[in-house]
Amino acid sequence: MSALPADTPPLEMPSKGQEVTGPSAFSGGLSRFAALTRTMAVQEFKLRFFGSVLGYVWQLMRPIMLFGVLYVMFTVILTVSNQYLFGVALLLGIVLYTFFAEATGTAVTCVIDRENMVRKIQFPRMVIPMAVVLTACFNLVLNLGVVFVFGMISGLRPHWSWLGLLPLLAVLVAFSAGIAMLLSALYVRYRDMQPIWDVALQITFYGSLILIPFETILREGYETLGRVMLVNPLAAVVQEARHLILGSEYLSAGDAMGGSLFLLAPLAVAIATFALGLWVFNREAPRIAEEL
Amino acid sequence: MPRAAGHDVAIGVSGACKSFRIPREATHTLKERALHPLRRRGFDEFTALRDVSFGVRRGEFFGVVGRNGSGKSTLLKCLAGIYGLDRGRILVDGRMSTFIELGVGFNPDLAARDNVIMNGIMLGLTAREAQARYDEIIDFAELRDYQELKLKNYSSGMYVRLAFSVAIQVEADILLIDEVLAVGDASFQQKCFDIFNDMRDAGRTVLFVTHDMGSVTRLCDRALLLEHGDVVLIDEPDAVANRYLELNFAREQVGIEEAEGPVLEVPALSAAPIRARRAWIEDEAGELVTACIQGQRYVFVTSVELLAELDEPAFTILFLNEHHHDMLVATTAFDRDGAAHYRAGARVDVAVAFDPLFRPGRYTCTLIVGHPGIGQPELTRCENVLSFVISGPYATGGLTDLPHEISLRGTHRRAEQAIPPA
Repeated sequence: MSALPADTPPLEMPSKGQEVTGPSAFSGGLSRFAALTRTMAVQEFKLRFFGSVLGYVWQLMRPIMLFGVLYVMFTVILTVSNQYLFGVALLLGIVLYTFFAEATGTAVTCVIDRENMVRKIQFPRMVIPMAVVLTACFNLVLNLGVVFVFGMISGLRPHWSWLGLLPLLAVLVAFSAGIAMLLSALYVRYRDMQPIWDVALQITFYGSLILIPFETILREGYETLGRVMLVNPLAAVVQEARHLILGSEYLSAGDAMGGSLFLLAPLAVAIATFALGLWVFNREAPRIAEEL
Repeated sequence: MPRAAGHDVAIGVSGACKSFRIPREATHTLKERALHPLRRRGFDEFTALRDVSFGVRRGEFFGVVGRNGSGKSTLLKCLAGIYGLDRGRILVDGRMSTFIELGVGFNPDLAARDNVIMNGIMLGLTAREAQARYDEIIDFAELRDYQELKLKNYSSGMYVRLAFSVAIQVEADILLIDEVLAVGDASFQQKCFDIFNDMRDAGRTVLFVTHDMGSVTRLCDRALLLEHGDVVLIDEPDAVANRYLELNFAREQVGIEEAEGPVLEVPALSAAPIRARRAWIEDEAGELVTACIQGQRYVFVTSVELLAELDEPAFTILFLNEHHHDMLVATTAFDRDGAAHYRAGARVDVAVAFDPLFRPGRYTCTLIVGHPGIGQPELTRCENVLSFVISGPYATGGLTDLPHEISLRGTHRRAEQAIPPA
């Protein structure tokens, strides 16, 4: 025992070593951030995949059911569009929307859901919303597979242009991640973000050309409205994806807006949303543990 | 004593301040903000740490003690980087790992492997290290046969074992440990303390937060006492433990002093012929004291009011330790000469004078009134008429510290033979 006498003078600060600065969005290095995000996302995915007997079937149920209802309603009973392979276009839109809704909708409460972790251990706080987005990405990849299978059955053949989907998805992921960061940080302070965002998601569904394609809007003579809707990055991504997969019967997003230069608008919205989300989450991160 | 040079110090805290804002009304919705944009939201400022400074030497086992709400958990969380400081600095020299709770990030719906890896990464392992050590961890936890089982199907013992096995796999020079780690049954607690001891022997620096004075005196080299966010004392564990007991007792004693009169409405048998009214402790000078120093002489007085006429009652005071062992039984039952007849309404002060040589800790007194002689039924029993603390220079582990001498007899050579070299 190296017990010291009672009148020990106060010790100096360590001559070297690192400062403990408290929690932040990215503290602890990027590799730790990446490892944690990946592990957390894989875990969450596994939980849903293997969590019940039917596992992945349940994951598919939501978009498929929605698709089934809308398809019967709007192609058999009421015709909103009789474009080439409208069924595939509808399913593609629903799958992209499902990704957006899942990533942002789950993100709202994600920090509070992980409350126990946040209060008990230091780790980069940004891991939590990013893991949510990553899990949604896994589901998106699987759901897109279903779209392709459905497309093949309907007579589509794979084409190189399909690779153009990758940068599109990157924009969509950035946009969704921005909203995810924003919502998860705000929810800590404002607990009514959840119902507010539920309503916002409903509006987004009808405002993102999922159900009523741009061409139908054009045909009905609401061209300006359609163009304004395309400023929404989700709508622009859906439009461009349909063009890439289903061919020229669906206008490319650039043509629909009246020139490729206009595409800068949805791109700017996506980037600005991402930057805003990053800034807000970064600002809130140090105090999240105290405000839970 | 020369000042410790900077390179000997593993953790340095200088002028640490931390306060929390507690909103007066819980405006937790955007709607409230939108409806009342001009209403200023009031905050109560709660200061959890006030200008805390200390250093922990490399290889030291350092205790942080304090009552509930004294700020010790906040200090730990600031050190762990969970809360940011308002002012002040914390410097840490070496790889640090924190154990505020076992099994952070455990998910009950997943099997052992997923949880071990998640928890390992959380605690600072890389993903590859966590993978590589999985076998070691599962074997140490003795859960090889159950590794496919979901965590929700584990018994709580298995759960803790798994979590603890992950925690000790993390190789850190500096460990921050919260007392809640040492939960579970006695054998598991012992295992925890064995490992803490091993850590100390291995030269790790440990900062240990607790309110159990026993573990402080057993494990720590030095300790810090916090009270209302202030550092009261940084000293050897025994001194800190004594001060802690005094602080703890002083507060409770105030409560008794304030409520004069029928303080001790101690529940007794319904037809109880007596009522204990007040109890106090006097030192040799006749002053009222709140805590006793081991080995000095005190008088323990219980004032009793008789509610009915009593013939030759016998008064007994039991001194009980925390485990309700009778440490001393002081009784008038064998004192035939002192027996008397009491009218209803009479007041009697039962005074017991002795040198409490009990080990440092908390004690309570129980008053029993009965008839003289052995085997007579009790008339009434009043529990906890008095509670007090004994502080002493050290804790031997014995129930009492009776005066004694210990010496080693025999020749030098025999002594050397008997004691194997360390």
